[in-house]
Amino acid sequence: MTIDRISGIVLLVLAGYIAFETRVLPLGTHKVPGPGYLPLLLASILGILGILLILLKGKSPSLRSLKWPEGLHAAAIVGCCFFATFSIEVLGYRVTMMIVLGFLFGVVERMKIWWALGLTFGLTFGSYWVFNNFLRVILPQGGLGI
Amino acid sequence: MAETIQNLMLGFSTAFAPGNFFYAIMGCLIGTMVGVLPGVGPLAGISLLLPSTFGLDPTAGLILLCGVFYGAMYGGSTTSILMRIPGEAASVMTCIDGYAMALKGRAGPALAIAAIGSYVAGTVSVVGLMFLAPPLARFALRFGPPEYFSLLALGLLVLGYMTGGSMIKNLAMIVLGLLLGMIGIDHMSGYFRFSYGIVALGDGIGVVPVAVGLFGIAEILATAGNPFRPEVLKPKLKDLIPSRQEFRDSILPIGRGTVLGFLIGIIPGSAHIISTFMSYAIERRVSKHPEKFGKGAIEGVAGPESANNAASCGALVPMLALGVPTGPVPAVLLAALMVHGISPGPLFIKEQPTIFWGLIASMYLGNVVLLLLNLPLVGIFINFLRIPYRILYPMILMFCVIGVYAVNTSFVDVGIMSVMGLLGYLLRKCNFETAPVVLGVVLAPIIEMSLRQSLAMSNGSYAIFYQRPVSAVFLVGALLMILLALKPLIRKGMDSKWREQLAKADDNE
Repeated sequence: MTIDRISGIVLLVLAGYIAFETRVLPLGTHKVPGPGYLPLLLASILGILGILLILLKGKSPSLRSLKWPEGLHAAAIVGCCFFATFSIEVLGYRVTMMIVLGFLFGVVERMKIWWALGLTFGLTFGSYWVFNNFLRVILPQGGLGI
Repeated sequence: MAETIQNLMLGFSTAFAPGNFFYAIMGCLIGTMVGVLPGVGPLAGISLLLPSTFGLDPTAGLILLCGVFYGAMYGGSTTSILMRIPGEAASVMTCIDGYAMALKGRAGPALAIAAIGSYVAGTVSVVGLMFLAPPLARFALRFGPPEYFSLLALGLLVLGYMTGGSMIKNLAMIVLGLLLGMIGIDHMSGYFRFSYGIVALGDGIGVVPVAVGLFGIAEILATAGNPFRPEVLKPKLKDLIPSRQEFRDSILPIGRGTVLGFLIGIIPGSAHIISTFMSYAIERRVSKHPEKFGKGAIEGVAGPESANNAASCGALVPMLALGVPTGPVPAVLLAALMVHGISPGPLFIKEQPTIFWGLIASMYLGNVVLLLLNLPLVGIFINFLRIPYRILYPMILMFCVIGVYAVNTSFVDVGIMSVMGLLGYLLRKCNFETAPVVLGVVLAPIIEMSLRQSLAMSNGSYAIFYQRPVSAVFLVGALLMILLALKPLIRKGMDSKWREQLAKADDNE
């Protein structure tokens, strides 16, 4: 199966899902279009484009030809992003960033402990000082007040 | 003319205010750094700096962010010439002859001509912006919802066509962006759409988390595990001054690149990248020694570098005059204006003369600052290239989180950024362009409002779009784009080749 065919199928499924989701929104009329009017129209266009991709793009590389040499790094970074999402307001900016940076420098990049610690603390507290105190960007302190 | 000069004086008095002048310099410096660092494009740089402008007045904020935009265009040439790695996509063509010159020991003149060309192009295109934007805005005052809808439809189709790669995929990304832009409360009926009970999604998906996710995080995901460490050539700064022959050979390419870049910059799509491709092709075609291209021809540096700077200025014309962004960077700049409660659109120049003319004047100053700072400080800037990427990417990630969180002080935005980052990474793997998604998100509310208002005006008849002359002209343009897109399906030719090349340039960034 080629990358484009699979992409086309994903787009088609997505279009179907969006069309299904718009069932709860009033479509309105042509004269007074409702909130579901344009999403349904766009979902239809997306579906057509998905079908065109499936039909016309048979010569693209196969899915198996995709290489993922950066896969482990990417998974770790995505994990850090989601961790930051859920912890930034609970633990606060500084604790969250210390965990994220410490993990990336120490575990993913396997830096020497003193380098990893120095960079983690330096960047976390340095960035907090610059943004919070100098640029007046409010960063969360979390339940611990740190 | 007298009115323009009077307005420009007002602009200079605004730009020379100590705070604004300081932010112009800061924007240029940060922009140069952003341009120098591979993987941190102007879009990510501007998005990350956006929250720090909230405390500033709108003029200073816009001056800072625009400084980053055109500063990045200057900086992008440094890595292209010294490392054969484009700092940002618009510098791809500079790699070819710039690096070849560096290998011959002529890195200094290549950097100097790139900076001079960028300066000339930047300055001349600001003149174009200054004279073109106000009349265009006055003309746009006649636009009603049908004209706006047709204009946006044309803009999106042009974007799909000009972005490179597969038109079908680009259109799919535009539609995806438009659908993402519809998440949240429908402003005409008050219905919640696709928000799944998450209150924070009521306001919709912001352009900043989408842009930072698709461009900043996706870039990190794609490059973090790459062990490749390119060599950085050290230029001899005492040899910076180009020879008389090199100057002579660069004058016409700079002129042609400037005009071409500015005109292409107005068109939606990857204008700054396309302009460099076209400039390089034209220089090679008009050259008496085309065989020199690829082996260190100074024209191959002067033309594309001038073109990308002029294009970045040209891209501001529709944004400032019509309130319609032509690419992701103007879209984020537009978001910056809206954060400050300023409505972009045809009335912007009339209602906010201090901001518009202050920005114009600051761009003149910024170009001078960039020329004066870039060459002497090139040695300092290339030191950023020596920071190992395994230290750099966690820093970029940290700035992404700060930048996105600070816009609305919402962890939901950080979540959106994370999802968009993952999506952007997978889309890149499958050869999809992500810029159309960002533009779709920005334009979705305007395009939906225009469509619904137009249909209400016409009692539900779609004929309104071709019965009004201006709207009909835009629709003819949109139809032309569709026909051009269908051409490669019938006949493989030049058309599809340049689009494939453009897609490769984006991938190489």
